[in-house]
Amino acid sequence: MFPSRFDLVVAQTVAEAVEAKVDAGEGGRFLAGGQSLIPMMKMRVAFPETLIDINRIAGLDAIERVNGHLQIGALVRHADLVASDATFGAVAAAAPWVADPLVRNRGTMCGSVAHCDPEGDWNSVLLATGADVIAQGPGGERPIPIADFVDGAFTSTLGEDELVVGLRIPVPSGRSGGSYLKLERKIGDYATVAVASHLELDDSGAISAAGLALTSVNPINTKVADAEALLVGQQPSDELFAEAAELAAAAAEPRDDVRGTAAWKRQVVRTYTKRGLAAAAQQAEGS
Amino acid sequence: MAAPTTPAEIGGIGHSVQRKEDARLIEGQGNFLDDIDLPNTLHMAILRSPLAHARINGIDSEAATALDGVVAVVTGDLMDQHGLAWMPTLSGDTQAVLATDKVRYQGQEVAAVIATDPYIATDALELIEVDYEDLPPITTPQQSLEEGAPLIRDEKEGQTDNLAYTWEAGDQGATEEAFAKADRVVTLETHYPRSHPAPLETCGIVADVNSVTGQATIYMTSQAPHAHRTLFAMVAGLPEQNIRIVSPDIGGGFGNKVPIYPGYVVATAASLLIGQPVKWVESRTENLISTGFARDYYMKGELAVTDEGRILGLRVNMLSVQGAFYSDAQPTQFRAGLFHVVTGSYDFGAAHIDCKGAFTNKAPGGVAYRCSFRITEASYLIERLVQNAAYEVGIDPAEMRLRNFIQPEQFPYETATGFVYDSGDYPTALRTALDELCYEDLRREQAEARAEGRLIGIGIAHFTEAVGAGPSRTYDIAGLKMIDSAELRVHPTGKAILKLGVKTQGQGHETTFAQIVAEVLGIPATDIKVEHGDTDHTPYGLGTYASRSTPVGGAATAVVARKLADKSKKIAAHLLEAADEDIELASGVFSVAGSPDRSVTIQDVALAAYTNLPEGMEYGLEDVTYYDPPNLTYPYGSYIVVVEVDPDTGVWQVQRMVALDDCGVRINPMIVEGQICGGLTEGFAMSAMQWITFDEGGNCIGANFMDYLVPTAWETPRFELLATEVPSPHHPIGAKGVGESATVGSPAAFVNAVIDAVAHLGVRNIDMPVLPDRVWAAIEEAS
Repeated sequence: MFPSRFDLVVAQTVAEAVEAKVDAGEGGRFLAGGQSLIPMMKMRVAFPETLIDINRIAGLDAIERVNGHLQIGALVRHADLVASDATFGAVAAAAPWVADPLVRNRGTMCGSVAHCDPEGDWNSVLLATGADVIAQGPGGERPIPIADFVDGAFTSTLGEDELVVGLRIPVPSGRSGGSYLKLERKIGDYATVAVASHLELDDSGAISAAGLALTSVNPINTKVADAEALLVGQQPSDELFAEAAELAAAAAEPRDDVRGTAAWKRQVVRTYTKRGLAAAAQQAEGS
Repeated sequence: MAAPTTPAEIGGIGHSVQRKEDARLIEGQGNFLDDIDLPNTLHMAILRSPLAHARINGIDSEAATALDGVVAVVTGDLMDQHGLAWMPTLSGDTQAVLATDKVRYQGQEVAAVIATDPYIATDALELIEVDYEDLPPITTPQQSLEEGAPLIRDEKEGQTDNLAYTWEAGDQGATEEAFAKADRVVTLETHYPRSHPAPLETCGIVADVNSVTGQATIYMTSQAPHAHRTLFAMVAGLPEQNIRIVSPDIGGGFGNKVPIYPGYVVATAASLLIGQPVKWVESRTENLISTGFARDYYMKGELAVTDEGRILGLRVNMLSVQGAFYSDAQPTQFRAGLFHVVTGSYDFGAAHIDCKGAFTNKAPGGVAYRCSFRITEASYLIERLVQNAAYEVGIDPAEMRLRNFIQPEQFPYETATGFVYDSGDYPTALRTALDELCYEDLRREQAEARAEGRLIGIGIAHFTEAVGAGPSRTYDIAGLKMIDSAELRVHPTGKAILKLGVKTQGQGHETTFAQIVAEVLGIPATDIKVEHGDTDHTPYGLGTYASRSTPVGGAATAVVARKLADKSKKIAAHLLEAADEDIELASGVFSVAGSPDRSVTIQDVALAAYTNLPEGMEYGLEDVTYYDPPNLTYPYGSYIVVVEVDPDTGVWQVQRMVALDDCGVRINPMIVEGQICGGLTEGFAMSAMQWITFDEGGNCIGANFMDYLVPTAWETPRFELLATEVPSPHHPIGAKGVGESATVGSPAAFVNAVIDAVAHLGVRNIDMPVLPDRVWAAIEEAS
């Protein structure tokens, strides 16, 4: 498999990378881990004219907690998140389920988020936890709430000359828990179905905040807002989670394909929502 | 198992000698096809059809030809000018090399670009314009054989429908009588899905034809280099002495590297015409969509049984899904391979098999993916049927098998389809595997779990294979008898070179075949170099597939070593001044009967063979043997799988997998176990996740490793291996071959386990791959 011809720009700073993107225009693509882009180029599904390599830019590889947020730089690899003590809840639960060890060693969380593949894991986690994507263009930096960032399958609202430089995920101050349940055909496969759950509890043990999002069952990663609204203010219970699971199943519009039938995928959404919320609640109650 | 008769430093049969080939492969010193880099090499890329069925109205290659770095664009018309637009297949059909009239499957070869580098060759493919006229694609044999279906092979003289072949075996009358006597008939209709061997290394060639001498040196990923040389000579009309096929280190074959593919023919023709070496290495997608697939049988099996659970007869009707060309790699007389073995491990008198092969708009192939020609499909069907029969009769599936087994004293046993099984002790094998699992306890746990709403299943498969093709009276491929050879040369210092007609693709021949010689002559296995794969430097043979290397090539090795042992004894008698018949050979020491301190070593004898001979004896210590096996060999095994099924999602997980194999004498137990673990993994893959399917438009789904799933260590269950050892009575060292047993036997065990978990609900079939949605749907439907 041989890609078509392209130019390579190796950026040393974010400013250089953004400038190169301005110069390259539509034919330019940023290269971080390359775990989606390079296979697409090999198969000649993607033909960027210019690759802008951001791997040498200093300071983009940190995972840190700043002002009640978990900040993740553009060069943080999935494997870094698996190993990190700074993560929590659904973020920590999802990290080991991303792709396989080889891809996790090289691929970046920000790259995966920016790719907006509806079968990607991270955008569901970000939707459940209410994260922001930090974009930088020629005019400077701006946060984009994840729900506004994901625009469609493989499309985002990122400007043509903007680079995703990081992510900012709010860290709950009280008791909280999260989970990411993923059904995949084998390790390294995209999710057939996955469910990201995030719960925060108040002092009475009632749910004070809830996040629920689905992977691979709609044209984009889907936040199940009505289930989240249902959960808030209630005491965790199997009955409550079963009710939320019905809303999640209703929010899923999967297709029949080689991975399975739509009816079955909806059933997996139902089952994994129940189990995922129960796991999140259990973690929150123990926190 | 029998203890080794040689000490470890000699490393004869029964020693787990470390694999000689591993060091060079692990340290990156192997030499694979793509490592071959000849001066002035040109690179080939192939344009393939995006459509499953279309007429070609024209091909415009002008822009591609004009691209800087492109040397030639080859089309079917150009090949036709040299009489090479079509080629014969291994099953007596013809196959397009490059399409001239129609494309008949997605991925079919349409044109080839020869360029100075592979990037340019790939760029040029995008500049070739093909004017296609859509035709309706046919993806199932049911559509294919319907009245009025579009004719796929309209170029084939006398072909008026899409029937590729018909075949039957067994005795129809006797089978009908058996069914008339049955208390019940158990029926199973199931599809063994299309799969692909998917070796780690794809197929490739470097064709180097010298324009002056006509010498064609062809480096090729070939499991059968000698057969390929002869077929090249026959197809291309090249003089055979000028064709040298070199099959270097091969990164897995599994049947995928048995056929001759169009790319080989085009690259060789291009090298001949251009006068430079031409290299072509398939991409993964090309490998998966166009080269030898496997399986794809729709099977209906009926078992006639009594209320006591005795099997009386078996009837099979099946549809074999050929691609656009009938190019199964199999012996000439066997249209559906060795499917005869469908009677399995059971003693009953009547069977009849009726098979139709149907052309479809899918890739041709029909290779035996780690299987001795359709044995996998046959073994799967009988083991699924027997399990279902047990449910219907109301007896335990293990008991059902024990009641019907061929008994040890019945061997040699002639089956209802005419195979003569060589040896076995099936009841001991199954009982040993059952005991390992504490089967009775497990059945109790299953019942308890069921009461709690948990679904546990126990699946058994007791398979019998027929391998080692084969006796020359019955077995040939394209007229070439399926014999094999070994040439052994012992040098004056007692070191040896063994040259083989078979060709390793990872089986460990460089180690195990040396062990056979070590066993016979007592030369340490480490002192024996094994050569194979180069037709100029090895004796003729049909190659490595169908688990035939040990049964045929291994037998040849034992026989040639014994010939040298006989000569060596005469030399030893001369050196020891004793009578020939008084010389005894054990572990490389020749001694005089009754005087064990009068002895010489094989090394002494080797030197004497070139320096100090008895009167009238010819110098040297070397010989060659061509071995024609008297029968196939029949390895068998008892596999038992325990699964737990999640009733909410249909996801199943293997809890335990016990695999007992009896492959006769084990030359190198470690390598045997490695073979079994690999085969079990492939069997698990096919049962759980692996298939190539097509949408209605004939588009291949499974064209890359994102959709064609190869399990990793993460998914693969842990295997618990057991062994019994009943030697083959007709093989010189009692070995039966083991490379394919586990792939053949294990799919039914996995599937039976899942069925067993839900059998109480009335579920009797879930087609492979047993995907969780299918399991969930079966549960929903049953409840």
